Amino acid sequence: MTTITGSRLPTAKEQDDVLVVDGLRKSFGSVHAVKEASIRLPRGKVTALIGDNGAGKSTLIRCLCGVHKPDGGTVELDGQPVSFHSPTQARDAGIETVHQNLALVDDLTVWQNLFLGREKTRGFGPVQLLDRRGMRSQAKEMVSALAINVPSVTSRVRRLSGGQRQAVSIARAAGWGSKIVIMDEPTAALGVQETARVEDLIRGLRDSGMTILLISHNFDQIMRIADGVWAMRAGKSVGYRNVADTTGQELVGLVTGAIPA
Amino acid sequence: MTAVATADRPRLGERLAAAPWPELAAPAALLLLVVVFGAADSTFLTTGNIEAILQASAILVVLAVAQTFVVATAGIDLSVASTMTLGAVVLGQVYSSGAGIGWAILAGVAAATAVGLVNGAIVAKGGITDFIVTLGTLSAASGLALILADGKPQPVLSKFMLDLSASGIGIISWSVLVAAVVAVTAHVVLFRTRLGVHLLAVGGSTDAARSTGVRNVRVKMSVYLISGLLAGLAAVLLVARVGAAEPASNTSFLLNSVAAVVLGGVSLFGGRATIIGPVVGALLLASLVNGLTLLGVSQFYQPLAVGIVVVLAAFLTRFQK
Repeated sequence: MTTITGSRLPTAKEQDDVLVVDGLRKSFGSVHAVKEASIRLPRGKVTALIGDNGAGKSTLIRCLCGVHKPDGGTVELDGQPVSFHSPTQARDAGIETVHQNLALVDDLTVWQNLFLGREKTRGFGPVQLLDRRGMRSQAKEMVSALAINVPSVTSRVRRLSGGQRQAVSIARAAGWGSKIVIMDEPTAALGVQETARVEDLIRGLRDSGMTILLISHNFDQIMRIADGVWAMRAGKSVGYRNVADTTGQELVGLVTGAIPA
Repeated sequence: MTAVATADRPRLGERLAAAPWPELAAPAALLLLVVVFGAADSTFLTTGNIEAILQASAILVVLAVAQTFVVATAGIDLSVASTMTLGAVVLGQVYSSGAGIGWAILAGVAAATAVGLVNGAIVAKGGITDFIVTLGTLSAASGLALILADGKPQPVLSKFMLDLSASGIGIISWSVLVAAVVAVTAHVVLFRTRLGVHLLAVGGSTDAARSTGVRNVRVKMSVYLISGLLAGLAAVLLVARVGAAEPASNTSFLLNSVAAVVLGGVSLFGGRATIIGPVVGALLLASLVNGLTLLGVSQFYQPLAVGIVVVLAAFLTRFQK
């Protein structure tokens, strides 16, 4: 059963998909969090994922970034079937996630956070010292490549504003030759100006060729920055719309079920 | 939107603004003590007395460094002093059985390291609260020390051990030098290695560390292992200083190791730590006790004074944020 109906999505032959998820299922005990999710992410586009609370968005995302292992269905990355047992494996394969909690360590500096878990070292044999200078200057490049407005890469993350922290977390996800960046409500906690900056950042990443999966509750934002939208309802993916061909009302209808997919 | 990524190294103004003022409390207090005691008693600043203070602080410095590693990950090692006692007793027993001092030292350090390994395995893999686990090993290690030593002190008469505490370079005895090397190495590990960043990350935010691929379990195990190893080194210094391996409880060493960490401005919630801070904290505690003794204050007042200083320091860190 495929529920991609009412689809204005180009067929697989017409379009270059980075990620193809087919029939993904995941339950926790008797709770079927994701019953049947089939989505595709076109390369170099911002694709949004919408759905009410409990529709299964977060579980689907966690399956894609290696936190959960799906019970069934397939995930293909660049045409190769993949299966992740840990977030590290997903990252190594090129799927980076910007979690809602940002996964930043407040007491570490910006550059330390950018390199957390991937520190550069130099030395001989077992004696490996951090290449602090190298990491600082590379962090500076990562930050200025995205035109992120942070005081300095040596400042502690604690001192940054909400938008700056979001930007640092996005820079970390984007800065490692990743293929897909998944963002979970990146502007939920931000003010108007900071939201605009983060949206600019997301557009900039898209223009540089990155594929982005954006979870958002903000339909106006989706209309502003996404190219396409997948809707989920009650654990199922219920449809895809091109942003250019849809309206906020239609998206609301898809999410609530007013429009049968 | 402008990209403001300034120079590689922060400017002086930034560094001052970012200066961890609570971490400067211990050096300031130490300076104050030196001035006050120096003025009150002319013998306080003699080389002989400075030598005595350094000598008295060497063991505490090593234990405070051990405690710092654990506290940096938001844990605590209550067993650090008992582990030292067990290490000392094992050293004494192996030496008295006729083995060379080298083997005895190795056995003592190995025994202490084993306690650290047990702590780490139970805390990190078992996921049991550090406070309970190390409280348990505190008791178990002291008990084991009492059993092994049959409750009696074991004299360790060895030229090597005598030299360790009695001779050295100028006023710096070998045991002080050992403590200094431990402190410098610990500083390098904490700030210049992957393990150091990871343990601060685990202490700062376990979730963030986990989702960025830091291996939390391994990091947690390492800090308890380091703590055990350093407790073993402290055991060697202790035996050298006392001239015997005693199955004494050494509770004041435990309390003072935590006190030195707090005085040093290290956050007990983890994520923020220095090595120099706790080292200065240890020197401060040793100077305080030394100065009070010189001034003829009864020994009974010393724990009271230490307690007041520690609570004051803790009070100061309230203004950290």
